[in-house]
Formats: sequence, structure tokens, C-alpha cells
Amino acid sequence: MISNILSLLWIVPLIGLVLVLIGPNDAKTVRWGSVAFSLIPLALAIIALLSYNMTAGAPQFQMVEQYVWFPQINATYKVGVDGISLPLVALTTLLAPLAMLMSFNLQKNVKAFFALFFLLETAVIGAFVSLDLILFFVFYELSLVPMYFMISQWGGDNRRYASLKFILYTMFASLGMLLAIQVIGVASHSYDYEYLISAAGRPFTGANVVTLIPAGVDWRIISFAAFSIAFALKIPIWPLHTWLPDAHTEAPTGGSMMLAGILLKLGGYGFLRFVIPLFPEAASQFAPLLALFAMISIVLGAFAAWGQNDFKKLVAYSSVNHMGFVAMGIAAAAYLGGSAAGHAGEAAPAIFANAEPVITDITRVTGASGALLQMITHGLSSAAMFAVVGIIYDRAHTRDLQRFGGLWDIMPKYGAILVFCAMGSLGLPGLAGFVSEFLVTRSGWSAFTLLTILSMAGLLVTGIYVLKSIQKVLHGPLAAEWAHHPLADISKPELLAVAPLMVLMLVLGLQPSVILNLINWGSQQLVMLAK
Amino acid sequence: MDNLALLTWLIPVPLFVAFGLMALMAYGGRLPKPTATAIAMTGVLAALVLALIVFASSLRLNLNKQPVGSSFPWLATGDTTFNIGVVVDPLNLPFVFMVSLACTLIFLYSTSYMANDPRYARFMTYLCLFAGSMLGLVVSDNLLTFFVFWELMGFCSYALIGFFYNKPSAFKAAVKAFMTTRIGDMFLMLGIVYLWSATGTLNFHAIMQNEDILEHLVHEPALIFGGLSAATVIGLLIFGGTVGKSAQWPLHVWLPDAMEGPTPVSAMIHAATMVSAGVLLSLRIFPLLNATLAHVPSGMGTAFNVIGFIGAMTALIGALIAVAQFDIKRVLAYSTISQLGFMVAAIGMGAYVAAAFHLLTHAFFKALLFLGSGSVIHGVEHGHHHLAHAAPAGHAEPTGHVVPADDHGHDAHDAHGTDGHDAPSEPEFDAQDMRNMGGLRTRMPVTFITFLIGGLALSGFPFITAGFWSKDEILGAAYQGLTEGQTLHTVIFAVLVFSATLTAFYTMRQIALTFFGVARTEAAANAAENPWQMTLPLGVLSFFALFAGLMNIPRQIPVIGTEWLGNLLEPTLEASIKVIGHEHAAVFSFVPMIVSIVIGLLGLSVGWLIYGAKPLAANQADPVEKLGGLFTFLNRRMLWDELYRAVFIMPLQWIADNYSRIVDKGIIDGILTGGYAIGGRFAGLLKSFDERVVTGTSNKVGEFFRDLGQSGRELQTGRVQEYLVSALIAAVVMLAFFLFIQ
Repeated sequence: MISNILSLLWIVPLIGLVLVLIGPNDAKTVRWGSVAFSLIPLALAIIALLSYNMTAGAPQFQMVEQYVWFPQINATYKVGVDGISLPLVALTTLLAPLAMLMSFNLQKNVKAFFALFFLLETAVIGAFVSLDLILFFVFYELSLVPMYFMISQWGGDNRRYASLKFILYTMFASLGMLLAIQVIGVASHSYDYEYLISAAGRPFTGANVVTLIPAGVDWRIISFAAFSIAFALKIPIWPLHTWLPDAHTEAPTGGSMMLAGILLKLGGYGFLRFVIPLFPEAASQFAPLLALFAMISIVLGAFAAWGQNDFKKLVAYSSVNHMGFVAMGIAAAAYLGGSAAGHAGEAAPAIFANAEPVITDITRVTGASGALLQMITHGLSSAAMFAVVGIIYDRAHTRDLQRFGGLWDIMPKYGAILVFCAMGSLGLPGLAGFVSEFLVTRSGWSAFTLLTILSMAGLLVTGIYVLKSIQKVLHGPLAAEWAHHPLADISKPELLAVAPLMVLMLVLGLQPSVILNLINWGSQQLVMLAK
Repeated sequence: MDNLALLTWLIPVPLFVAFGLMALMAYGGRLPKPTATAIAMTGVLAALVLALIVFASSLRLNLNKQPVGSSFPWLATGDTTFNIGVVVDPLNLPFVFMVSLACTLIFLYSTSYMANDPRYARFMTYLCLFAGSMLGLVVSDNLLTFFVFWELMGFCSYALIGFFYNKPSAFKAAVKAFMTTRIGDMFLMLGIVYLWSATGTLNFHAIMQNEDILEHLVHEPALIFGGLSAATVIGLLIFGGTVGKSAQWPLHVWLPDAMEGPTPVSAMIHAATMVSAGVLLSLRIFPLLNATLAHVPSGMGTAFNVIGFIGAMTALIGALIAVAQFDIKRVLAYSTISQLGFMVAAIGMGAYVAAAFHLLTHAFFKALLFLGSGSVIHGVEHGHHHLAHAAPAGHAEPTGHVVPADDHGHDAHDAHGTDGHDAPSEPEFDAQDMRNMGGLRTRMPVTFITFLIGGLALSGFPFITAGFWSKDEILGAAYQGLTEGQTLHTVIFAVLVFSATLTAFYTMRQIALTFFGVARTEAAANAAENPWQMTLPLGVLSFFALFAGLMNIPRQIPVIGTEWLGNLLEPTLEASIKVIGHEHAAVFSFVPMIVSIVIGLLGLSVGWLIYGAKPLAANQADPVEKLGGLFTFLNRRMLWDELYRAVFIMPLQWIADNYSRIVDKGIIDGILTGGYAIGGRFAGLLKSFDERVVTGTSNKVGEFFRDLGQSGRELQTGRVQEYLVSALIAAVVMLAFFLFIQ
């Protein structure tokens, strides 16, 4: 319908950035103007969603644009979307205005902050639509810059440590990925994703075997590992997760919403987009290992969240817990079964993984779509939870759960919203999180029965920390501290930020097919690719 | 979709609409009490009318061959879709009737009972969601939506138990209920995904009535617990859900605490309605369990034996603890646990119809008892308030048993907290302690008569109560196992007989302590009967407590023996019986019936001799206290809570409290920071090497490492930040250059 829609999707926020910088200085204008402007990418994303063609025989990647960009190394500017990237693009454009709404209370350097928001949106959308490895990497790295500044300039007391940890961790991990991308370029003489996943272009196979020094090195495994570590750190999977609680705790509310809602998804997206299709054998071989770490993330993330008394840290650790399900779904999607992988049980003891007959295409498709849907639903619920935390922090200037209690008496609307969002985070059936967790559990059961059983322990503890947060904030006698300290109930802009998330949680919980049809479509193509 | 299927879809809808409407209005602060009453009552009555139409129209149909219902695709899974829908089949047909009727009565009762509560509207809102979920669960045609509604009810139960959220005992009980049932739910969820991945569907009819699928599940070895069949493992995993929801040992601990909810409406929800869902689940998958008999040469096999054992254990534990409770609601709560144990034991003995029968009759008479106890509490409180207002301030506190500081609190005070009588300095009067009652039969005659009917039904008073017939069938199943020489069944029979005797005993104790003798407190002496909104439901339920038994009286009994329920349900087992190859037919015997009559009357008589013939005087110790240590043990609920706290909760809490400090901050960050520091040292060495040996040459590698080394040392100074940021900006500018210029 609109030509070059994908390029527009990332260029429009860039225009927003410029407009913010050259526009009026009045804070109110900047805030509302930014929110209004960020509705344009949202509208574009909805148009893209509606125009994606899912009839049989339609190409996987649609709305593709390709231009010569960097001929010396065969890198092109190529963008396109499929059922895997399009939902995430839509999520990004949705969360950006909402996170902006939750940033209205920032007083310091408002223009710069909103400009960074647009930069972040540009980078993330660019990463999701890129179909060229170099282009992807550029956008992927670019996304770190605004987030770094958001934490280091608008963060809490410990912001320097947190922002440094955040950027060092992620940059260090992407260094390996950059090298791997270059090796792939050497092997296949192209960075074009569609070519790389085709039979002719798949790196390190057939004609594309590289003979670099030192000889005898399995570059396939090394590249696979480099990609996997970069994305695993982004998800983040235990034990690469320790940057996350710090970054979240220090980030401003809007930043946390984007970080948890969108940036973490780059990790899961990377696995589904690059790791599995580019290295299907290696991905299958190491899938049990990924599932093992996914299980550990689920369980320990939940325990860690339970132990927190800082409301925001509790929510931050809940991301480790929830994103563990993304990793579990990815592992199930990657796993081809014991015998087909050719290296049965090499990477992990056989007890962790089931043999061939149980693994069917449906298992892998539900794994992939469960992981993808979990990314969407976690994007909604974690953003909502961070918003809820931000609202109370704005008023009380503390996030210490021990100091709250009985706030439902004085903030009844806020209480209802907190309970709703917390239940969404808990995965209450009827809300969105349940469907995705259920799909992941279903595929996990067939692929990694024991690990799935163990991860149920994590799901159990999810209940504990969610109820703990509700109880500590809302229940009990009204804490004396707040009895005479007026805590205002939720405000209009805050409600405007949270309500769409709540509505979507409910809609996706009741009628998941709204987005699941597209996701399922993309997952099927992924599974066909990586056979 | 035919009209009946459409109507079935619509049954839960009015309640969800009412919920949504009330939630939004309450959020806007515009939900006065009369509006809330009107919306809620309209919703539940509409649901009742729909349910009755569906029930009446379905009675004529052959539901086993052609269940009413329809479905639509809900989830896309690869090339296939996962459909959800509604169904009316032989199993849920009676429940459509029972649940909608019970919900309507609760709603009516609540409009009076909760009328003075400041959060009345919120209460009715939760109630709508609850009732809608329960009806949705009943008409679900597949395990997934069954689970969805199951969890929604769990949420409502959490919200209602913690309704008086200011009170620590209430929100603790709410969390306990939610988490304990969630343990069972995790098993259930695994069972669901296993069943789904093994069969490709979760539709009840498609699995349970399908010989091929059952055959396949019975013959396939399980993915885990090798040696068992897939059917056994799936069955037991799903049964885990029943253990949680229906408060079976060892997950029974949440139910008594659930009495923290507003009396007795939530008590009824938790004890009479919602817990039924657990047993209904096991009945839903009964054909699967039944099919596991295919591989069992003698006896009942693993799945049935585990279920039977847990049921009998629960029946016994519940009955024992109930004997030593003083709180009128707690006696009923433990009695519920015990009766649910009877049903589960019945399932474990393959007595499918008996379990369903007892589930239905129990729902009626236990609902009656809970509502009756609420009426009693309300009446006694009325008397208490009457005194408090009549007497001069400061001297209003009547004598009687007071709540010890560490004991469970009682909601009733909060429920009517607007009266402002519960100043913290005064010892609280406990309107739920049966020692504070006595002689209420004259003050509250309607409540007395109806409570008596419910109590007799629970005790299994011969012939004229529904409870007698249904309990008798369970004992009959156990007796049959005994005659066939099955050891476990012999044990179960003995346990159930003993538990049934105790049941009759504690029921008579409860009735005598509450209604007979003379009033032991001023409050009880001034108690008053409640308005019609509360007594009418008691009357309706009494009718069913007496006559619901007619639905399945054995055909050997002349005139009234129709076995309607049995005739309805038995055909649903056809497929599983084909898998087994032979039918395990129930054999009727008069022996268990005689045993039932004897133990029912025995328990009631002993109870009457101890409590009725010599009524307790004020401040006199209860005769059961003479049991000494045993009494304390039972009174403190066999110390299950303390055991779980020490064995599970404390260690897990310790892990949670210390994990991130020790592992994340200590070990993981420690290693990384250590690596960082070592890298820094190494870079420092390199730098000096660089300076001394390769002097004058600018070495890019050296520079890089030098800067890295500096950043290691200057982590806190912030200079490294500037470096990194400038590097990043440079990178961005370069990339932008490539992007736009090239």
C-alpha cells in the first residue's frame, strides 16, 4: 500500500529526533509532540501488519527493499519482514509512545531524552527489518547508544556503574558476533540474509566452506557460538544476566519499559532469525544445552525475583524468569531430535532430551511460535509492570516493598491496575502470558521433558513473587508513613500509557489468533528452513 | 450451530458481561449498591434461565451419542488448529443445573449478608467473575478452556479470600490458597501438554470416547517414569490438579484458611462449589484412568491405587481434624476436605458414578451447611451488636471465648467494621466459636431446621437424606473390592467406615453445640433470625439435601430406585471398557448399606449422648479436650502447616533471600570483575612492555589494551565512560557516513 514502508518505519522516528532537537523548547510541547509523532510509526506498522500476505505460496519476506549500499564487501541495504519480525516491529512502535507517556515526569533535559527515544526506536526497528547482516549489526549496535545515555544521564544513584556494565557486557558480546559476520561474509561472499539461508548460500556448507588459518577449525561451530553468546546475553540467559537487574534498577521508567519490552527481544529474535536458520545442525546439537540454561533462568530468575525487596529489581528479575521461556521455546524449535541431529547427546546428557519419534514439526512450530508470542506478551506485561513501578516511585520516591502496604486504601484505581498487570505477568489464563507459556511448555515437554518439568518449579515461584509484590504494596494495614502523606491515584497520562497494554493483554489472552496466525505462519517457514 | 449449542455458549456470558460492566463502573467510582445488586442479579438470573433451558432441552437427547455443542479455532499450531468450544454431555448435564442454581442462591444470599460492607460492589463483581468462570468450566468441551476457567476461579478465590486485605491473616490465607493450588496446577499443566502432544487434541469427547486414542495411550510407554504407560502418567499428572483444587492430602492445607473470606459466601464458594471442579476434572478424565486397567492383571493398577490412597488418606485426616475444631466454619471446612476425600477414593476404586453422585449431593448439603453457618454467625453478631449498642460504652463486652492474639482472625468483624466496635484494646468476641453459641434453635428456627437437614445429610442419616444414598454407594464400591480380595480396597473400606462414623459424630457435636442447650453468651441469647434473602436459599438447598438422592437410588430399592445418573453416565465409559476388554461391573449388596445405616446412627447417637444430652455450660471445657495430647494435635491441624513451613517454605525462602546476593553479585559478578581486573593487569604489563621494548612506535593493539587496562583500574572514575562514549559516537558517525554517503 505504501511503498518503502519499512524504510519509512525507521526513518520516521529519525525525523522525529530531528524535530525534537530543532523544535520548541517548551517541555510540554516536546512531550506531547513526541507522543503524537510516534503514532506515525505505529500507524505504519499497523498498515504493514494488515498488508502482510499469508496466502499459500506468498513469499516469506514481504515489503522487501534492496539497494546497493557497500559494494566493496557485497553488503546491501536490504529490508523486509516476515511473521517473525513483523510482530516485533509492531510491538516496538506500540511501546514507544507508551514509554514516552511514562516519561512525562522527567524534568532534566527533556529534549535530549525524547530525542534519544526516537533514536532507540529507529535502531530497534532497523534491526528487526534488516535482511543484511551488516545492516542488522549496525542497527543492533546503534540501539545500545540511546539506552546507555538514558541510564547514565537520567538514571538513579548507581547509574554510572549500571550503564557501564550494560554497555561493556553487550559490546563485548557483539564483538564476537561482528567477527562471525565477517567470517560468514568471507565464506559465502554475501551478507544477504535470504541468500545465506538458501541452499546455495548457506555458510560453511557445500561451496561455502572456508579455509582460514588456523586450519581444521570448525568455523561453523565458532560462528554459531559467537552469535549465540551475543543473543543469549541479550535475552538474557543465566549466567549472562547480571547486567539486567542493575540496568533496570537505574534506568528511568520509560527506559526500563523499552529495555524490557523491546531490547531484550533482540536476543530472542536473533536466535530465531539468524542462529537457527544459519546454523541448523549446530543449533540442534546445542539445543539441549540452551534448554538447560533456559530452565536455570526460569527457576533462578524466579527465586531471585522472590528475594528482592526493591520493587523494580523484582520486576527486572522477573524478566529473566519470563525470558527463560523464550529460550526454552527457541531450544525446542531448534531441536531436531536425537538421531536427526547427527550428534545425539554430544552437547548434553541424553536425559535432558528426547529421541527422534517424539519430535515433530508441530513441536518445533509451537516452540518457535510460543517463544515469539512470549516475547510479545512479555513485552506487554513487563512494560506494564515497569510502568506500574514507575507510578508508585514517582509518588513515594522509594521502591522499597517493606515500606509500602495497604496502599489499596488510598490508591484504589492504581491497585486494580497493579493486580491486573501482575496477573498478566503471572500468566493467568485469560490474559496473554498464559497462551505463550502454554505453547512453550507443550513444545518443551516433547523435546526436553525433564527440563520442562523442572522449569515448572520456576513457574510456581513466579506465582510467589507476583503475589508478594501485590501483597507488599496493596495489602495489609495502610503503612503509617503514607497515612498522612498523600499519594495521588493514577493520573491521566499514566492511565493512557497502561490502558493499551492492559487491553492488549486481555485481547491476546482471549483471542490469541489476532497475532498468533502471523506468528504461526512465520514459525512454520522457520521450521521448514531449518530442516 | 444449532440453537441449543448457541444457548450453551451463552450460559456464562451474562455473568462475564456483568463482571465487565461492574468492573468498569466501579473503576469510575460509579457503582452504588443497588446498581451492583441489580446488575449482578440480572446476570446470574439470566445465566440460570439459560442453564435451565439447556438442561431441560438436553434431557430428551441422547447426549452420549450426540453431545450438544460447537467449537471454533482458537490457536494456530502449524498446519492444524486448536479448537475450543462448549458441550453438554452426560457428565456435565447435572452440573449445568447444580452450579447455576447454587450460584443464584449465593448471589441472593450475598445481597443480604454483605449489604453492610463498604466494598459490597467489589464483592459482587468478583462473584460475577467467579460464577461465570465456574459455568464456563462446566460447559468447556476441552481441557484447555477448562484449565483457563479453572485458573480464573483460582484468581477469584484468591481475591475473595483476601477480600479483607488489610488483615494479615486474610491476605496470607489468600496467598496460601493460591500457591498451594498452583502446585497442583503445575502438574495439571504438564498433564495437559502431555495429553495434547500425545493425542493432538484436548477435546474431551475426542479423547475419552475414542477407543483408538485410549488404546494408544495405554500401550505407549511414558516419556518419564518409564515402566508406566502414558495413560497412567497423564492421568496422574492431571489428577495433580484435583489434589490442589479439591484440597486433597497433601495439599489440603489451604482450604481451612480460605475461611478468612467473607463468611460464608466465599466459604461456600471455596468449599461447596469451586472444590467440586477438582473432582469434576478427575471425572472428566475417568475413561482415560479406566483404560489403564487394560494392562493390570489383578487389582487396579498404579493410577487408581494412587488416587484411592490419597482419597482415603484425605477422608480420614479431614474427619479427624474436624472433631477437634471450635470454629463453626472450620468444622465444615475439614468436613469438606473429608467428603472430597470420599469422592476421590471412589474414583480411585473405579466407582465413577458413585463419585459423581456424591459430588452432586454434597454440593447441595454442604452449600446448605455453609450458608447456614453464615446465618448463625450473622445472627450471633447481630446479638453481639445489639448488646454493644444497648449497654453503656466500656461494659459491652460479653463473656465468652475470645480470640487469642496469635489465632486466625475473623472476617465478620471487618465485614461489619463500619460499626466501629472492634477497637484494638478490647478482646475480640468470636462470633464463629461454637462455644459462644448454644440454644439457637429457638432464636433462629429456620436456620436450625435447615442446618439440621444439612447435618443429617452429611452424616448419612438413613433413607430420607441425599447424603445417605451417595455415601452408601462409595462404601458399596469399597465393599465390592473387599469381597474381591483387594487389600487396598479393604483398607479403604475400613478407613471410610471409620471416617463416616466420625463425620456423624462431629456433625452432631456441631449441631448440639450451636443449637441445643442454653445460650452460653449474651450474644447468642440475643441472636436473631435473618431476612428472607438469607433463609430462602437455605430452604431451597434443604429440599435438594433431602431429595437429590433420588437421582441415583439403586434399582434394587423398590419404587424410588431409578439409577437415573448411572444410566446417564455409564454409556460414556464404553470406549474405555472396549480398551480394557471386560467390564468391571458394580455389584449391589445390602451389606454396605446396613453398615452405612449403623455407622451413621452410631456417630449421631454418640454425639448426642456427649453433647446433646448434657449440653455444654458457659466456660466449660469441651469433652473432646479430655483427649489431651491427641486433642491438641488434632486441634492444631496435625501440624501439617508447621511441617510444610519447616521443610519447604523456610529453605526455599532462604534460597530466594540469598540467591542474588551470593550467586549473582558474589560469584558471577565476582568472576567477571576478576576477569576484568586480570585483563587490566595483563594490559598493564603489555603497556610497560610496549613502552620499554617497542618504544616510540605506536601500536594499535597496545593502545587498545592500555585503554582497556585503564578502564579496569578506573572503573569508578568515569573516565572510561567518556572514552567509550566517544568511541561509540565515532562509530555511529562512521556508520552513518557509510549509510548515507556511500
